[in-house]
Amino acid sequence: MRKFAEIRKSLYVALWFIFLTFPIMVIRINPLEKTVEWRWMNMALVGIGTFFLSFLWRYLISKKEEGSKRAEEKQNEKISKLRRLIENRKIIAGSVVAGALLAAVFPFVVSLYQTNIMTTALIYVMLGLGLNIVVGLAGLLDLGYVAFYAVGAYAYALLNYHFGLNFWMVLPVGAALGALFGILLGFPVLRLRGDYLAIVTLGFGEIIRLILENWNEFSFGPSGISNISRPPLFGIELSVQNATVYMYYIMIFLCLVTIFIVKRLQDSRIGRAWVALREDEVACQAMGIDRTKTKLTAFALGATWAGMGGVVFAAKTTFVNPASFTIWESIIILCIVVLGGMGSVIGVITGAFIIILLPEYLRVFSEFRMLMFGIILVVMMVFRPGGIISGVRRTYKFEGKNF
Amino acid sequence: MDYFLELFLGGLTRGSIYALIALGYTMVYGIIQLINFAHGEIYMIGAFTALIVISVLMSTGMNPVAVILIAGFVAVIYSCAYGFTLEKIAYKPLRNAPRLSALISAIGMSLFLQNYVLLAQTCDFLPFPNLIPDFECIEPFAHIIGSTDVVILVTTAVVMIILTILIRYTKIGKAMRATSQDRVMASLMGIDVNTVISFTFILGSATAAIGGVLIASHIGMINFYIGFIAGIKAFVAAVLGGIGSLPGAVLGGFVLGWTESFATGYISSDYEDVFAFLFLVLILIFKPSGILGRSEQSKV
Amino acid sequence: MHTGKKEQYMMKEFKWNKLAMGMLAIFLSTFSAFASAEDTVKVGVAGAHSGDLASYGLPSVRAAELVVKKANENGGILGSRIELFIEDDVCKPEIATNTATKLISQGVDAVVGHICSGATKAALAIYKDANVICMSPSATNPPLTQSGDYPNFYRTIASDDAQARLQVDYAIEVLKAEKIAVIHDKGDYGKGLAEFAKIFIGKEPGAEVVLYEGITPGAVDYSAVVQKIKHSKAEAVIFGGYHPEASKIVMQMRRKRIKAHFISDDGVRDATFIKVAGKYAEGVYATGPKDTTKNPLAIAAIEAHKKAYGSEPGAFFLNAYAASQALLSAIEKAGSTDYEAVTSALKNYYVETPLGKIKFDERGDAIGIGFSMYQVKNGNYIEVQ
Repeated sequence: MRKFAEIRKSLYVALWFIFLTFPIMVIRINPLEKTVEWRWMNMALVGIGTFFLSFLWRYLISKKEEGSKRAEEKQNEKISKLRRLIENRKIIAGSVVAGALLAAVFPFVVSLYQTNIMTTALIYVMLGLGLNIVVGLAGLLDLGYVAFYAVGAYAYALLNYHFGLNFWMVLPVGAALGALFGILLGFPVLRLRGDYLAIVTLGFGEIIRLILENWNEFSFGPSGISNISRPPLFGIELSVQNATVYMYYIMIFLCLVTIFIVKRLQDSRIGRAWVALREDEVACQAMGIDRTKTKLTAFALGATWAGMGGVVFAAKTTFVNPASFTIWESIIILCIVVLGGMGSVIGVITGAFIIILLPEYLRVFSEFRMLMFGIILVVMMVFRPGGIISGVRRTYKFEGKNF
Repeated sequence: MDYFLELFLGGLTRGSIYALIALGYTMVYGIIQLINFAHGEIYMIGAFTALIVISVLMSTGMNPVAVILIAGFVAVIYSCAYGFTLEKIAYKPLRNAPRLSALISAIGMSLFLQNYVLLAQTCDFLPFPNLIPDFECIEPFAHIIGSTDVVILVTTAVVMIILTILIRYTKIGKAMRATSQDRVMASLMGIDVNTVISFTFILGSATAAIGGVLIASHIGMINFYIGFIAGIKAFVAAVLGGIGSLPGAVLGGFVLGWTESFATGYISSDYEDVFAFLFLVLILIFKPSGILGRSEQSKV
Repeated sequence: MHTGKKEQYMMKEFKWNKLAMGMLAIFLSTFSAFASAEDTVKVGVAGAHSGDLASYGLPSVRAAELVVKKANENGGILGSRIELFIEDDVCKPEIATNTATKLISQGVDAVVGHICSGATKAALAIYKDANVICMSPSATNPPLTQSGDYPNFYRTIASDDAQARLQVDYAIEVLKAEKIAVIHDKGDYGKGLAEFAKIFIGKEPGAEVVLYEGITPGAVDYSAVVQKIKHSKAEAVIFGGYHPEASKIVMQMRRKRIKAHFISDDGVRDATFIKVAGKYAEGVYATGPKDTTKNPLAIAAIEAHKKAYGSEPGAFFLNAYAASQALLSAIEKAGSTDYEAVTSALKNYYVETPLGKIKFDERGDAIGIGFSMYQVKNGNYIEVQ
């Protein structure tokens, strides 16, 4: 009897979707020719597809609800298996060694293309970790993070173009400029909260992009700056092939530095202050934390990584123009942080790999690539709303006998 | 003076376009504190549905006035259906999740809907017929204001009035207000929160569809991407006016429209958006919760 | 309860296996491209196939598909079939480098693309190192050919300066305009063109630029800019950009009773423009390649598109069609896919395309694509004599 009800439910869902997709999927119009094409096959496909998918959907939803109920029952043991896996020292050591080995030999076992997209993914790891400081730790929703990325990229492009400075000289400059712009953005938005903050940061990102687009004398406008030199290896110019591999190792190195510093920051005094700020601004101030200083350091330290990422970006692509720094880019970086798990370093790294590599591997599906990417974002969020690996608060257990 | 008036009226039209879309944003936000990123896509789907219906009916040689009415009606119905389904799939399972997760889910939906229309229909711009005839009485002023501008202005005003009445004086409106204040409390008072939320989405989608049809006919063309850009601007308008407040959304739209119009007219359209955003920052510095937004006191 | 837990654990493990299998499948499928079909001629097609600029990239894909389909039906070239590799770059430089490395990893012999100048520049550095010829149907930025940095680059579209020259000359000499407004869409195509137009007008005695503005593409309306055009009393408007913005501006101009001439570029010389702007499109000028409307090959190509996809082709379709044809014919003439041989074939032999009989000069610009001014008359673009 229950089965029958389930089938009926799915039948209704299928009918609903047939109705819903009818004009857009079935009818194709051509207003230029004034012709109308009817594609009844699509209707059948939608019906059958949604009929079966609705079973799957309900099954997964019910499993998820069961899971959350179970978690409530066992308050103490709610640490997931994944987390236990991560916290086991042996496994950590093992996976670090394996990861290091894999990372070291990666460019030699795969094609140039794979190395190239891996480098891109690593840049986003860095960006994700930087944004994680602002969004994940300090809880400030920043939709204009791409502005700092652009600042870094243009810093390298322009300094290289005008003064011939090389990559290693500009890298710290990019970082410093990122921090400077972070503070610049931080000042006016100190009082803002939540979505008001989001919209102002979004505006800030757009302002930077529009200036780059319009101010030809400074930034060469939309035609951009080309022939930016790649990082030299002890003064030797490398071929594209070798430069890609070299770039990959630079990124591995920079990511390790980022991870190390972010980890240290998280546990530092300022890191605790960020978390406190995120949880409750008023209480945090009452505890004697300087709100202005804490917020500004969050913006500045977050933006530093974006500035550095920008320099690497310009060196890797050898070309910059404003088209790379649209609001979509900010959204993508935000997706990395939220999807991976806010506040968790491992989570953000995983998120970066998924968000950046997924569309590349989805190229197999050619034109359905972005459609599937959208679906995957929704499905991931619905079934793992806290992110893939959510950050866990450091807890200290009180052991009674020590007293 | 003529120039000023022209810019003023141009800004007003543009502002009411933003306002029509911002109304839906602000309503949804008021109820569940979610930035419905896919709202612009609902607007786009409304416009597409209307165009499809118009094309199909035109080929049967129906009376144009009847075609327009039917197309508008169908567009509203379908937008509502999409809004309803969107909420059920992408937001309802996330109701107790962190707010940012729902935002990412909304972004995913926005991407999905864009590419769905791109694949199922076309990537090209499609011409959208001008549904509004040139009014005779406006002819002397044609160099300042067109008839579509008038229709858009009037519609925005009517929609806002209807929504205000609905929210202020009807039972469902009362339920909506209660839900927006405190969802748990409202459900304890016997309000079916799920229905209220669904209703809000349907209402928001309906205004988006009306906006979609009117704006498409004003601009004269549509493609799958129109929703995204309009959505961002409408979001800015909603925040500017104080998100969650209906008159705020309309006022925010107007302010944004005027800023852009005057910045273009007197300075340069190169930096039109820069001025719009700078103005936004300026207002928010002095009124951190928008022009008509209530500032919330938080207690520990 | 205990067994239940174990079962669940097993389930989880099983799922992980599946995931790994799936990943493996994806990896294999990306690698399999190397192994399969060694003896085909591989042509890459790159450009924006999703996102806001998809409507300028997808027509090229269709053009390449049509050309290749036809060639394969006639037995391919050099006795082997032609295989297409279609990759999306969303018109973003950083993705274009990924696209380019992917195409090279797949061993393509030549590439039709990219669409945007910025993405093309970023990708070219990679093609150059791999000795892959790249032919764009739409990248108009002058330095691409004029700088000499990219010997492997060709294009079947006129560069910005050539188009701007024609527009300015026409506005000043034929239309006798003295006050000219120059408007662009801030994109690399439109703004590049507008910059040149501004410079050229500045050099002409008796003519002046009364307004130079960039508009925001996709904005809901352009009434403020239109008011400004009116205010500037311009007699002609030169617009650099694509047809969606052009039709919005023209419509609003005419509704506001502004009668200034409207002169635009190849991105506007599109059937959609006339259909969208309707009666307001009448009289609009646009530059474009010579006599395509009477060229039998162009008519045939458009017919083929209508038959295969049921709609009028979009922007840069004929340019991409010509590019695909030129590449295939050069490979055939060269007798191999060798870089040097194909390069010399491209530069030495004429080929019949929908844009006319073309070959390429030393820098990579097409010779034989005559450029002329078109005007909309009775709902069609008619070449102005």
